[in-house]
Amino acid sequence: MRLPAFWPLPRTWQGWLTTALFAFMYGPILVLTVYSFNDSIRYTSVWQGFSLKWYESLFQDTRIFRALQDTLFVAIVAVAISSVLGTLMAIGLAKYYFPGKGVYRGVSYLPLIIPDISIAVATLVFLASMAIPLSIWTIIAAHMVFCLAYIAVVVSSRLGSLDPNLEEAALDLGATPAQALIQVLLPQLMPAIVAGCLLAFVLSVDDLLISSFTAGGGANPLPLEIFSRIRNGVKPDMNALSVLLILASGMIAALGEYLRYKGSTTMAEQFKGDDVCAILLSCVGMNWVNDLPVRYPDLQDPGANRRFR
Amino acid sequence: MMLSKYLSGILLVEMSLGNSAAIRGTTLIMSQTVSPSIALPQTQQVLDVELRQVSKYFGGEAAIQNIDLKIREGEFFSILGPSGCGKTTTLRLIAGFEQPSAGMVLIQGRDMSRIPAHRRSVNTVFQSYALFNHMTVKDNISFGLRVKRMGRSQREQRVADALQLVKMESFANRYPQQLSGGQKQRVALARALVNRPAVMLLDEPLGALDLKLRKQMQVELTNLHQQLGITFVMVTHDQEEALSLSNRIAVMKDGDIEQIGTPSEIYDYPQTPFVADFIGETNLLQGEVEFADSQILRLLTPEGTTVLVNRSEANLPDLKTAVVSVRPENIRLSQEAPLNEGNCYSGYVKHIMYLGTHLHCVVQLQTGERLTVMQPNRSEQSLTPETPVYVSWLPSDCLALAA
Repeated sequence: MRLPAFWPLPRTWQGWLTTALFAFMYGPILVLTVYSFNDSIRYTSVWQGFSLKWYESLFQDTRIFRALQDTLFVAIVAVAISSVLGTLMAIGLAKYYFPGKGVYRGVSYLPLIIPDISIAVATLVFLASMAIPLSIWTIIAAHMVFCLAYIAVVVSSRLGSLDPNLEEAALDLGATPAQALIQVLLPQLMPAIVAGCLLAFVLSVDDLLISSFTAGGGANPLPLEIFSRIRNGVKPDMNALSVLLILASGMIAALGEYLRYKGSTTMAEQFKGDDVCAILLSCVGMNWVNDLPVRYPDLQDPGANRRFR
Repeated sequence: MMLSKYLSGILLVEMSLGNSAAIRGTTLIMSQTVSPSIALPQTQQVLDVELRQVSKYFGGEAAIQNIDLKIREGEFFSILGPSGCGKTTTLRLIAGFEQPSAGMVLIQGRDMSRIPAHRRSVNTVFQSYALFNHMTVKDNISFGLRVKRMGRSQREQRVADALQLVKMESFANRYPQQLSGGQKQRVALARALVNRPAVMLLDEPLGALDLKLRKQMQVELTNLHQQLGITFVMVTHDQEEALSLSNRIAVMKDGDIEQIGTPSEIYDYPQTPFVADFIGETNLLQGEVEFADSQILRLLTPEGTTVLVNRSEANLPDLKTAVVSVRPENIRLSQEAPLNEGNCYSGYVKHIMYLGTHLHCVVQLQTGERLTVMQPNRSEQSLTPETPVYVSWLPSDCLALAA
């Protein structure tokens, strides 16, 4: 049977499967978006007309905005510190050869596969035993644990694809090791550093578990606030908030993609499509954490084959 | 006391600088009259690079062992060898990317053991080019001058000169990934040359180019070397490249230097079977020394072939066994038994490869050995596989080597 020339539906079973999977992934988000505009008194599945009233009530909610402030503060500080340390960690692990390096590297990237709950409990127990009072700074410290590993892993994957002689070329031309790092290596790594930061940022904003164990002293990040509200029944203003968060994440992802596109026209092969995919997926709320070691199996040492030539 | 010591130090430095400049001048004049394939005179004793008993170990494994190397000022020196022979390690030791495990590296007579890569007056052209992709061609080339804080006007002039030297003026504002392989190669050369190093190090500089471009760049490298009068040290595995470009060649094998000499010395008088085999093509026949006098050596191979070889060139001590190296182009192939040629054997043609100007034949001898023969392609000959033939060569056309 020939299908007509205009046929909006898939033509093959592969097409149908793809459509079904996308519906499975994005259906809930679509429903949530639609219901955030529902003109209802409380949470209901009955459509009662279009309204922006939940958005209005959201914008009048100062607690939400204080929570958002806390979240952004935690994410920005944790990512800022981690970006420096994570980049240095990746460079150090790629560049130097020392005994026990394999173990050291394994330990460095371990937070990627340790369940959040373990990090959360361990941090709490540690803080308690050291008698350190919980505050917003303890959340930042706990978030840095995983931010560091994520940024390092993205940067090291980029490092592996760089010309191993770049730094040597800079030294050869008379640059000091510091100049070689700042003027040559860091600019080449910048796309990966930005990608890693965006990823870590999104994960930090998203984190509920670790924050809930380490929050104290009036710090109340957004996910905690949402969670505590949902316990007393879902109100449609939470739908509205989720829609806004998804939009914001989407915009960050689009920005990352734009930077990559713009960069790729002036620089050589920029951060791999992989990095961008990762950001995009994590931004739309997919949990790809457990998937990471599969995505980045190249945690091997890019410097090793260079040294033994 | 301290001050006078300091002053005399300065004086010494200035004197030595003056000296070397004067010598440099004479080298330049000489290199204009000396064609590149002829070695510089042996009497010239100014060394730009010297390796004394240098060894390098990587995790207990020796990459190079007890190497002595003297590279003279202004010469085009090649380090030739198969992959893994330690030639790149040698270059990296000179550049300062690796530190020798033992021994000493000297550049222009100065011990380099405490001088890091960025303070050595050498510049490297990497096999992978290692261009900075986030900078334009011009910024790539001026990088070395910028980190040395050279003034803007002088810098621009030097960069313009370098661009002109490699004929890349019109590409100054492009980014490296907008260039072809050959163009990247030129930028890498310019980026090194612009610093006016004492020594240029080239790591397989033409390895990534296709054949035609490689031939073209070989000519340009020779021209650059003659124009600049700088010492070039090139690492390559391509023996043809080494033979055609270099004043002298060091052949390396398993971290050792097998032989150092001019291209013709290396090709015509290889000192070891490895060199004979690696440089060009050769037939190696190993056998017991049956008879030896001051002029001639007679060898008996395990297969029962008797080979005569002139002794004059090979200063062999009294050996029990020796290897005879016969170049394929020195073997004559004929269908009638030749007149007395010294070494003459009968056999039949096993394979023929048609190479245009030459025929590359493998001849199976009746005694069992196989010989490669390079025969000019003449139409009167009708060689096909299985044709019975005679191979012959004069004792003076082959070389006896220590086994």
